[in-house]
Amino acid sequence: MAEEKIKKKKKIRSYPILILSGFYAAIFAVMLIYISAYSYNNRQVLMDNSYNTRQQILLNQNSRGRILSRSGDVLAYSEASSDGKETRVYPYGKEFAHVVGYSTNGKAGIEALANYYLINTSIDLSEKVAFDTKGSKYPGDYCVTTLDVNLQEVAYNALSARKGAIVVSNPKTGEILAMVSKPDFDPGTIQQEWDSLIADKSPDAKLLNRVTQGLYPPGSTFKIVTSLAYIKEHPQDYNNYRFTCSGKFSYDGENISCYHGENHGSVDFIKSFAESCNSSYANIGLSISRDTFADTLDQLMFNEELPIDLLYSKSSASVDDSTSTADVMQLSIGQGATAMSPIHLNMITCAIGNEGQLMKPYIISGIKSEDGKNVKSYSPENYKRLMTAYQADVLKAMMKEVVESGTASKLKGLSYTAAGKTGSAEFTDSTSDSHAWFTGFAPADDPEICVTIIVENAGSGGSFAVPIAKRIFDAYFGVE
Amino acid sequence: MELYVTEISKYVIDAFMLIYCIEAFMTFRFKTEKKRRGIYIRQIICMFVVQISCFIQIIARTGKPVYLFFFAFQIVIFASVLMLFYVIYPEGNRLIINNACLLLMIGLIIITRISYDKAVKQFFIITASFIIGFFIPEIIFRFDFLKKFTWFYAALGVVAIGAVLVYGAATNGSKITFTLAGITFQPSEAVKVLFLFFMAGALVEAKELWQLFLASVAAAAHVMILVLSRDLGSALIFFVIYLALIYISTDNIWYLLLGLAMGGFASIVAYKLFSHIRVRVHAWLDPFGDIASSGYQLSQSLFGISSGGWFGLGLYGGSPTSIPYVEQDFIFSAIAEELGVIFAVTMALIIVSSFFMIMYEGYFIRDRYYRLVVCGIGVAYIFQSFLTIGGGSKFIPLTGVTLPLVSYGGTSVLVTIVMIMVVEGVCLIRTDERFEAMQRRRAQLEAKKAERQARNRNDDYERNYGRRED
Repeated sequence: MAEEKIKKKKKIRSYPILILSGFYAAIFAVMLIYISAYSYNNRQVLMDNSYNTRQQILLNQNSRGRILSRSGDVLAYSEASSDGKETRVYPYGKEFAHVVGYSTNGKAGIEALANYYLINTSIDLSEKVAFDTKGSKYPGDYCVTTLDVNLQEVAYNALSARKGAIVVSNPKTGEILAMVSKPDFDPGTIQQEWDSLIADKSPDAKLLNRVTQGLYPPGSTFKIVTSLAYIKEHPQDYNNYRFTCSGKFSYDGENISCYHGENHGSVDFIKSFAESCNSSYANIGLSISRDTFADTLDQLMFNEELPIDLLYSKSSASVDDSTSTADVMQLSIGQGATAMSPIHLNMITCAIGNEGQLMKPYIISGIKSEDGKNVKSYSPENYKRLMTAYQADVLKAMMKEVVESGTASKLKGLSYTAAGKTGSAEFTDSTSDSHAWFTGFAPADDPEICVTIIVENAGSGGSFAVPIAKRIFDAYFGVE
Repeated sequence: MELYVTEISKYVIDAFMLIYCIEAFMTFRFKTEKKRRGIYIRQIICMFVVQISCFIQIIARTGKPVYLFFFAFQIVIFASVLMLFYVIYPEGNRLIINNACLLLMIGLIIITRISYDKAVKQFFIITASFIIGFFIPEIIFRFDFLKKFTWFYAALGVVAIGAVLVYGAATNGSKITFTLAGITFQPSEAVKVLFLFFMAGALVEAKELWQLFLASVAAAAHVMILVLSRDLGSALIFFVIYLALIYISTDNIWYLLLGLAMGGFASIVAYKLFSHIRVRVHAWLDPFGDIASSGYQLSQSLFGISSGGWFGLGLYGGSPTSIPYVEQDFIFSAIAEELGVIFAVTMALIIVSSFFMIMYEGYFIRDRYYRLVVCGIGVAYIFQSFLTIGGGSKFIPLTGVTLPLVSYGGTSVLVTIVMIMVVEGVCLIRTDERFEAMQRRRAQLEAKKAERQARNRNDDYERNYGRRED
């Protein structure tokens, strides 16, 4: 009888209570995991929000960290005066204005990108105590960039008093080596000049980083894109293309003329590219199916987000069945409604130099604490393939020809071989004014450095942009 | 020195909170309070270590000795509550009391950091609430006739929250509180207890469908009044209590699903009807979109939660005061910011352990009326905690309710302590039931034993003397 009692089954008294308990336990579990993950993943973004007053707490506790070039030159640091007030010092003045940016009156450039790390500190507790006893703030973590002071200086000086933009990068890694935009401002005194900078409505737009935010008609540099579309349709027989240029091309009542009305005579595909024959390219553009052209634009990130962290403007270029033939002709030579940022053109050029593969451009290589700890490091990252290796190869050969026998012949016969494409983009209806473009890389067969240059309202790319590229290549390869 | 103290205490606090939390869940391994005694003692040690470490942090950061006295008083009060409870109600459940004390301590610490004056006020409210609360288990245990006033509870509740609605409409605002003689009183909190007793009574009495329907109408009246008073959080809590109790009492999941469907429908209607609800939902979906106005509170709360990291910025290390109403609706964010996400999550788990224990008591009690009351309290407690923690962390839309026992707020603390003491009263009833059951079983066993002995005697006789002829 005793065994019978033990064997008596455990009866469930109430399922609802068990179910409700389980339900609430489950939603709490989900919620707590959510909270942990959310706070961990969004810490940095939320800290950088300008409505977050906690930035001020960190700044009262830590002094803003330094920003260094790739070889350790200080590009920005904070200096405390005797009354404890901190000022930000930029030893190179205006040279790095746009890329390093500023940290007062809002933030821009690397000062904005690395803000979270610059205002936090990762030094050891014992170090902190040492700073406490000294009565000074803890040093914020410092940021090491990919920027090369030498190249930046050369680029800065080469652009001299002209408006424009230069970006120099490494096509194999995506590192940005230099970035210059003019007209510029002095980040050290920006606080005092802020009101006048903001009030200035002239086309100077000094605060604008023209490399990423400037949108220009790409002109003949866009022939790279048109060519890619053509090669996609004619992978093997593009060499059979022939055209006779009379200095101007007319179709459906629309006229396209070559730069300064030059007559290029009989040209094939590569020669059209090397000599930058507008008439021939208008003809090529019309022969490409609209779908292929549109696909190529998509593939090359037009009208799309770009993989960069700095503020930028989206490039625009479009073609579809409703586009008029006149517009297609304009698009083929990079005129009309087409607009592009220098960094975007640089990315496409980099991809050509890197067998079609685009590396994600980056400018911060690492964050370190002042007592030498690695806080975070960034390494080269594949972004995406913009074209096949074969297509990249063909385009590269064409760009070499531009240097060998075409518009960029100023780069011919040097200790290194360069490849590239010039452009002279018209931006008003009057024919004389044009922006000078050059985009290219060197050494042509195994590119280490890729430059993209635009000089506003200068004239032809071959005369005004190519010499700047030469100075930068010379500086990089150590040619005097 | 100060730096070492604040940094090391962070880890000490987290370690002891974790031990406390693990012990809280260990109680479920044992069935009787007697076997859980060791756990409770270890919990009390952890509790005071956490509290004292926090005090040390506060004093190290502020250097104000005035806090020392305040802390001394707190230690005295909490120690007496824990001791007296054990002496007066040895049959009561000590996990719930331990958890309540720990949560109140955490609340006091973080409120001290936000506003010392408010913390002192809160401290007096806690003391008074415990004095009142100590009578409640005895009242519940002794006075069975409390079960008889079912419809009176409903009428009183509706009148109380109805008065707030009328008063609020008259002053052209969304007032959900009364201020009487300097004490701010939030009737919807107190009516929650009445509502629980009403629902339990109505559902126990309900034999027919129409009775169930009548109870539902009365519950709907409560919820409607609260919605009209713009007290969305309370309305939701009442609705969830109603659903849970109907489900438990009928054991029919279709009622629950039907209720949820109707609740979902009502939310859509409310969303279309009331602009203040739409504003809240939009602020939830994208708090940073309109950060300057409707999204401000939630953005600041998220800044707080995320800025602390796992171990927190330390007390006085962050800026929780940048969150509007931080001491009431966003106390969880303040805790996460200064004491860290690990601490905040552990605290939430301790809340869950209280909920489990309340439901455990409800599961084992035979008295149907008090089973509903206790489970209602458990659901109300966990759901309110869910609303406030989830609302402040963008998990669900913000409803603006307090975190029971932790948030600043007189009515909330008093009502939560009362509810906990009701659960303790029910524990006494359960102990009594068990005692009766044991007696019944002992009597049964004895009767059987006597019978067996009688038979044995009979068998002995037969063995000795052969079969007896009648």
